[in-house]
Amino acid sequence: MVWNVFPRDLMAELERLQRDYSHPLEQSASIRGSGHSRFPALDVGGTPETVEIFAFAPGLDPAAIELTLDRGVLTLSGERAGELPAEDARTAVHIGERFAGRFRRVVNLPEDADPDSVSASYRDGVLHIRVARRAASRPRRINVQ
Amino acid sequence: MNERNKQAEASRAETLSPAVDVIEDAGGITLLADLPGVPKDGLKLHIEADQLRIEGEARLSLPEGMQWTHQEQPTLNYRRVFTLSKELDAERVGAEFENGVLRLRIPRVQQAQPKRIRIDVA
Repeated sequence: MVWNVFPRDLMAELERLQRDYSHPLEQSASIRGSGHSRFPALDVGGTPETVEIFAFAPGLDPAAIELTLDRGVLTLSGERAGELPAEDARTAVHIGERFAGRFRRVVNLPEDADPDSVSASYRDGVLHIRVARRAASRPRRINVQ
Repeated sequence: MNERNKQAEASRAETLSPAVDVIEDAGGITLLADLPGVPKDGLKLHIEADQLRIEGEARLSLPEGMQWTHQEQPTLNYRRVFTLSKELDAERVGAEFENGVLRLRIPRVQQAQPKRIRIDVA
């Protein structure tokens, strides 16, 4: 019976949609998009002294990663070569999920980010960008006399 | 993972299925898996009977007092399991791991190399 199968598939589909749209953190939508399921995935956070950005970008040549900072907008771009061969009589691609091609991600830095104090390192396929905050804007404790 | 990382990561999901490419040619299967952030000693590969299990824990160097404001990576723990078939030689799996990309080569057992079957047309 074909009809018995249908409602189960529908439930699975709904579950998948719910997974796709739920997110661990409440966040407002950025004008440049939320960037879900884009390459590389970005995690952003910080401390009172720094802004920390982690880009999950495995399999790149660090020398070929382009990182620019212009008026508070940090842009990360580059290209990841595909590894899938052309299919022929002797070669079959069973799963092809890994990202291939050019990528470009943009992050708005907070007002207090210091463009002259940026460092970036690539380790185990993660690009870690650290931007210092200007000292004048760090929270300070004010002593009451 | 140290205490600081544990606290900062407490809000994340349990495991993430890493993106893979699986390519088969006459000699066997090549599997590529994206495991960004996993150091060499954080990768675990298990082959048991006909199961291949890939697990890894990404480690980020987080500063003291780190607070996340935006997370697209649902977790730092990767896990994916594949069922191998009989003609693959689990004893001779080759693995390379560089810049967060795992490359596995699983050859076919010698007797299982593909043979062309002749079709006789009556």
